[in-house]
Amino acid sequence: MIRFLLNRELRVEDRLDPNLTVLDYLRQRARKTGTKEGCASGDCGACTVVVAEPQGEKLQYRTLNACLTFVSALNGKQLITVEDLKQETLHPVQQAMVDCHGSQCGYCTPGFVMSLFALQKNTSGHDPIKTHEALAGNLCRCTGYRPILAAAEQACVQRTSDQFDVAEAETLARLKAIQPETTAELTHDEKTSFSPVTVADLAKLYVTHPQARLLAGGTDLALEVTQAHRPLPVMIYVGHIAAMKGIDVLEDRLEIGAATSLSDCIEALSTEYLEFGELLHRFASLQIRNQATLGGNIGNASPIGDTPPLLLALGARLLLRKGDKTRVLPLEEYFLDYRVTACQPSEFIERILIPRATPGQLFKAYKVSKRLDDDISAVCAAFNLCIENGVVTQAQIAYGGMAAIPKRADACEKVLRGAQWSEETIEHAAEALAYDFTPLTDFRASREYRLLTAQNLLRKCFIETTASATETRVTAYV
Amino acid sequence: MSNHLPVRTQAEMAELFAAGLTTGVGKPLKHESADKHVTGEAIYIDDRLEFPNQLHVYTRMSERAHARIIRIDLSPCYAIPGVALAISAQDVPGQLDIGAVMPGDPLLAENVVEYVGQPVIAVAASDLDTARRAALAAIIEYEDLEPVLSVEEALSREHFISPSHRHVIGDSTTALEAAPHRLQGELHIGGQEHFYLETQVASVMPTEDGGMLVYSSTQNPTEVQKQVAEVLGVPMNKVTVDMRRMGGGFGGKESQAGMPAALCAVIAHLTGRPTKMRLPRFEDMQITGKRHPFYVQYDVGFDDEGRLLGIQLELAGNCGYSPDLSNAIVDRAMFHADNAYFLGNATITGHRCKTHLASNTAYRGFGGPQGMLAIENVMDHIARYLGKDPLAVRTLNYYGKHERNVTHYHQTVEDNLLDEMTAELTESCEYFKRRAEILAFNRTSPVLKKGLALTPVKFGISFTSSFLNQGGALINIYTDGSIHLNHGGTEMGQGLNTKVAQVVAEVFQVGIDRIQITATNTDKVPNTSPTAASSGADLNGKAAQNAAQTIKQRLVDFAARHFNVSEEDVTFSNSHVRIRDHLMTFEALIQMAYIGQISLSSTGYYKTPKIFYDREQACGRPFYYFAFGAACSEVLIDTLTGEYKLLRTDILHDVGASLNPAIDIGQVEGGFVQGMGWLTTEELIWNDQGKLLTSGPATYKIPAVADMPCDFRVKLVENRKNPAATVFHSKAVGEPPFMLGISVWCALKDAVASVADYCAHPTIDTPATPERVLWGVEQMKRLKKTRSLSTETDTTEQVDA
Repeated sequence: MIRFLLNRELRVEDRLDPNLTVLDYLRQRARKTGTKEGCASGDCGACTVVVAEPQGEKLQYRTLNACLTFVSALNGKQLITVEDLKQETLHPVQQAMVDCHGSQCGYCTPGFVMSLFALQKNTSGHDPIKTHEALAGNLCRCTGYRPILAAAEQACVQRTSDQFDVAEAETLARLKAIQPETTAELTHDEKTSFSPVTVADLAKLYVTHPQARLLAGGTDLALEVTQAHRPLPVMIYVGHIAAMKGIDVLEDRLEIGAATSLSDCIEALSTEYLEFGELLHRFASLQIRNQATLGGNIGNASPIGDTPPLLLALGARLLLRKGDKTRVLPLEEYFLDYRVTACQPSEFIERILIPRATPGQLFKAYKVSKRLDDDISAVCAAFNLCIENGVVTQAQIAYGGMAAIPKRADACEKVLRGAQWSEETIEHAAEALAYDFTPLTDFRASREYRLLTAQNLLRKCFIETTASATETRVTAYV
Repeated sequence: MSNHLPVRTQAEMAELFAAGLTTGVGKPLKHESADKHVTGEAIYIDDRLEFPNQLHVYTRMSERAHARIIRIDLSPCYAIPGVALAISAQDVPGQLDIGAVMPGDPLLAENVVEYVGQPVIAVAASDLDTARRAALAAIIEYEDLEPVLSVEEALSREHFISPSHRHVIGDSTTALEAAPHRLQGELHIGGQEHFYLETQVASVMPTEDGGMLVYSSTQNPTEVQKQVAEVLGVPMNKVTVDMRRMGGGFGGKESQAGMPAALCAVIAHLTGRPTKMRLPRFEDMQITGKRHPFYVQYDVGFDDEGRLLGIQLELAGNCGYSPDLSNAIVDRAMFHADNAYFLGNATITGHRCKTHLASNTAYRGFGGPQGMLAIENVMDHIARYLGKDPLAVRTLNYYGKHERNVTHYHQTVEDNLLDEMTAELTESCEYFKRRAEILAFNRTSPVLKKGLALTPVKFGISFTSSFLNQGGALINIYTDGSIHLNHGGTEMGQGLNTKVAQVVAEVFQVGIDRIQITATNTDKVPNTSPTAASSGADLNGKAAQNAAQTIKQRLVDFAARHFNVSEEDVTFSNSHVRIRDHLMTFEALIQMAYIGQISLSSTGYYKTPKIFYDREQACGRPFYYFAFGAACSEVLIDTLTGEYKLLRTDILHDVGASLNPAIDIGQVEGGFVQGMGWLTTEELIWNDQGKLLTSGPATYKIPAVADMPCDFRVKLVENRKNPAATVFHSKAVGEPPFMLGISVWCALKDAVASVADYCAHPTIDTPATPERVLWGVEQMKRLKKTRSLSTETDTTEQVDA
């Protein structure tokens, strides 16, 4: 059974198909058709809805893609859709969209309205960078975005209290009253999902159901249902396990709970490694980052995930658990082959351990994709270097998009270690990359482009560390 | 509007009358559905309430590019509970072919499949998922045939869907031979997925007498009506098509909205149940056609200044497997192969290549952008060859006002605004100052390079199939003075309904909230042309204006008679009517007219004057007028990765006397960004089996918010009424701004050319993805290296000498 607020209405659902997405729930069950399906793959944002949940004594409002979210994730939360904003008059974000001519065909508009609504809830005043971030996951084919940005500005500048602010204390109390305290279960037509609330329960369930799929953000797993049309008979949802969310900053390392959303990782990672944070801002879209987890991005073991190369370069380790046994594994031993990991049956990632930055350490990260925003990398690269008196004392380099797994560049590192940090060394190291990787050609890039870009990113890293006045990043222009 | 409104005094009414109308033409009114868009209340077809016995359709697509179908067994479909019907081509009761202009598009494949994604069978079930599972359970066996997948192969084998066509002016062969300079080259232009946010969808309800009520997301209700009637084998009068709004069209729903509607109709006919078909995104992108990719070869001769003397252009359009609208599309590419330039002696040849891909179709610009891109590439090539600023070569070749003003299809370019507009934009965007700044930046920036380009647009307005240039409207005024407006155009987001309502508001001088805009419906306005070719407001606005004027004239006649005044004494303003010096409300006059037995309903009709085109002679006046625009874009590229950022775009665009400047600016901005997407990140990639690999937004990248220019300045040309007698002297705006996006591609090439000191023209096919930009940079680096090597050799030789 799951309980959630559909705007103000308490819904108690115990017969829902655990493979049902929030989008289909809204459109087909609740007959709320304001939320649109544009792609059913989390790439267009037309289905953007807002979920509110208690965060201390406040409500936290976040956008997500209804098409990628299974209903189990709603347990204990408030679901707000485009129909819920208007009262007697249009909500200020809706009025701003009207005033600025922000809609043409109108199909993407509900999604934009919800992204703007969450933006308005999460900012004070107009912040163009936050606006841009809030809208990067919403595609509009008609307007060219300029009027929508104008609407965002109007809505944020003229922010007034709305019905959600007025009802916040009440909503908070109602949500607290329905927070799950034990494992929630949804069963329908031989499909089951479990949502445990403790690590121990998760471990136990996973031992009992080794065939289960672990559901975290679900931003990739849901595609198996919505795109590949393969039902997921048993899922264990980890999103309600408080102990697997959050970040501990210890003396020598960060410990990040595997179920921590990428949005929640950005601040701590930026503080430690600025470029990690910057790259995360280009990781998919805000809707996705609000859902997707760091553990999921690793566990998914995609060769084109964006955090693994960075974590590999940083020497991250994983705390794995199976039942009540845990072990710590260096990340580079985790990826074995294309989508094959060192996880045993019933074993899962509980925490990610990332060494803290040390003085003199250089960390550079690059993401190269066809489109700047919300695109999968053709090549992703991370350089973790230590250079003392012009000599490379430490070099850990990893790439994504260059092999069947995210992978360290061993030959390249070998050339660099102990060598002068010079153009000559860089050229040798760039040549070595051709031994490290034999990338493939696909619709994102050709193998030749991938290799040349991988080499050029090393060159760029060199330029940035030796000629800091040289401009090297188009993304610096906004 | 009702009898219960407070009665106003003559003085009050006089004040309102004098205040004038605020919702007529020229006002920046919001989109008629804006409030409904933002609340989710706007209803699209998939949002309509479903019936308890509703069927959902899924079509199983061909997995082969070209194959004979040797067996279809539908019996396994029925093993799945919830399946109502599974059909193949033989189950279609009427005509199988739904080709829009020429036959060639079977509703379901019969005997052969001709592309990966072609609908082969259809299954109807209680829900979409069941229909899909059942469709995949069917057994279909193929025997492979040789596919033609590349446009070059089709061209060399003359594998065409229809014969090639040629425009000739002067003698290009002699001119080329005599020209002081001559360049040859080729260019591959990529296609483009429409990516309307609402995928193709239709929902039908069988009616008595064997008819169908069809809700279709289509730009062409009459075409869908015809297609449905034909597949059912019933006359068109049994079929009604209703179209309230589309979630985007862009040309993709001009001819290809017919398939889901016709399939639904066949299934509804066979089962008697209401039926809906909505294509999931992946299926939509596999099944439906896109913008035509083109392969261009050019041979151009010019003088020392860069003035064109002769040109031969071969434009080969990749049409996909069937004719669809390709003939007219390749024609329009040819018509726009001059863009803004006097070609001199020109031979423009258009080929219609048949390949085993989805049938490429209308897309904003309808071939025009491809033709225009070809000549803009030639301009850049000449400029680099002569070491000139490309803008200088462009303006040098602009059509003259009184001479050098005849196109290669022998239409005289009249009322050309481009000289003035280019001068104004060059000034306002500080082109030359920024050009100097960019040169300085590029000298000192080894990794990032900037590029700048100012490109013009001249786009011909009118369907080139002249008969399509007609529009219709129906206006009913009810006894309370409320107005029901219907016209043959369709609303796809472009604001057509708003503009047409403004026209009617202007004629009657009433507030726009009095006018109820209703769904386009084939039983209100028949035999409509598609809402395409940017013609929506021109044709339907004028038809509605005519309908409104007919009724207004009746009202004037009536009032003059009734009050015994002259016609000139009856004037309308701001919902009031003055009859000599007596004022009354509009609704009061309507009530009087009704009692006076005056018809308050009228149709309106319009056909575009002056246009004709003799295709045999390739000569005529296919366009009523031209719309003009110019854009200047500045980009920044990364020479290590090919990534880029659009820094600034300035646009000056001509819409004549704007019917609604807010909507027009929306069209200009949106068109520009869409055009930019076509030329930058939107890449269609097929595998060697002809399967589209970029079949969803995860892999096919339309512009997102970060892709719009950091600094975006858009202006409409002011005080320039359309000299042609269009509706309130406005100009069409749907397509022309799309081609302003060409400035971004040219700016990217400019940035790349800087790597070799602007002495060479980089070959960058479109879309100019970061990868293609990087290869352009590498090409320039190699050239520069070779050149500096050869310079060194030259120096050595000189020293030796």
